[in-house]
Amino acid sequence: MKILIVDDFSTMRRIIKNLLRDLGFNNTEEADDGNTGLPKLQAGNFDFLVTDWNMPGMTGIDLLRAVRADDKLKTLPVLMVTAEAKKEQIVMAAQEGVNGYIVKPFTAQTLKEKIDKIFERIENA
Amino acid sequence: MEAVPINRDLLLEKAQELVASLESPETSDDQLESYIDEINSFKDNQLFQELGKMTREIHDSIMKFRMDSRISNLAETDIPDAKDRLEYVITMTEKAANTAMAVIEEGSPVAEKLGAEASVLKAQWQKFRKRELSADELRSMGHDVEAFFDESELMMSKLLSGFTEILMAQDFQDLTGQIIRQVINLVDEIETNLVELVKIQGETQAKEEPVKKDEEETVLAGPQVPGKETSDDVMKGQDDVDDLLASLGF
Repeated sequence: MKILIVDDFSTMRRIIKNLLRDLGFNNTEEADDGNTGLPKLQAGNFDFLVTDWNMPGMTGIDLLRAVRADDKLKTLPVLMVTAEAKKEQIVMAAQEGVNGYIVKPFTAQTLKEKIDKIFERIENA
Repeated sequence: MEAVPINRDLLLEKAQELVASLESPETSDDQLESYIDEINSFKDNQLFQELGKMTREIHDSIMKFRMDSRISNLAETDIPDAKDRLEYVITMTEKAANTAMAVIEEGSPVAEKLGAEASVLKAQWQKFRKRELSADELRSMGHDVEAFFDESELMMSKLLSGFTEILMAQDFQDLTGQIIRQVINLVDEIETNLVELVKIQGETQAKEEPVKKDEEETVLAGPQVPGKETSDDVMKGQDDVDDLLASLGF
């Protein structure tokens, strides 16, 4: 399982990376916004994307749109981990096809639950 | 601006002189002109005095403005200084986070290794209890146990020093707290000065509808500060988000 972590703050990337490692996901890569993340997704065989929303350059919601618009990537599960907690934004992310939405600050338990739920749903689909 | 009163008696006297000289056919044009000039000079005096008064007023307000150097200090020194301080807050918090994460990244495998070694020893011990160990195996277990004790001692002291490192890294909270407090005070002061400015600008303008902030929703709100947002529009936490997503069929 190869996971791409996209966040403009290196500390947040590192936290997510460590949490994922604790959950048994050792194969992770990082990018600091959509502009650097999207080429990585297109080039590598990623199985999962964890992205922030508010980033300079290309935001997470635009990255999500780009992923869904890309024939090779459109089924990639996307988990959004963001401080944006407005109802409108969560609805927007859902409409754009996000698979899970976590608001910061979050716990390791929340991350595990959401990832489990996403894969559970994919397996049942 | 108040008008300086004209010396009416003197003006009347001069005017009467002018009328008398006009009525007299002997008065030359030059003489007439000099009378008119004299009367004109009343106006010039008046203008001169007004000008003087204005100059004084302008001078006073410039002096007052200069004395109020606090405002220019705010703009020239304090605000850039506050920006530097806030940058420093970012640096310090980042450093603390990285320190803690480095210790954890280093310490986790150590703890995992000790745990794994303990499991192996536990299995051997159970075999020993069931008298399933040969003499050679028992000797080997003795060595393993000794090695495990040595390693545990070493690794635990490593982990402990890591904990101390994490503990020390938390000093950023005190320092950043102080810096942020200073910046809050500065913002307070700027606010007070802005209020003064608005007051000076005059009541009529102040009474106008306050300009509404751009309410375009595409502006990202950023992290929610506890107790700040009362709008129903904003999720209070993950549970709210989950409920919302559930209502959307997630």
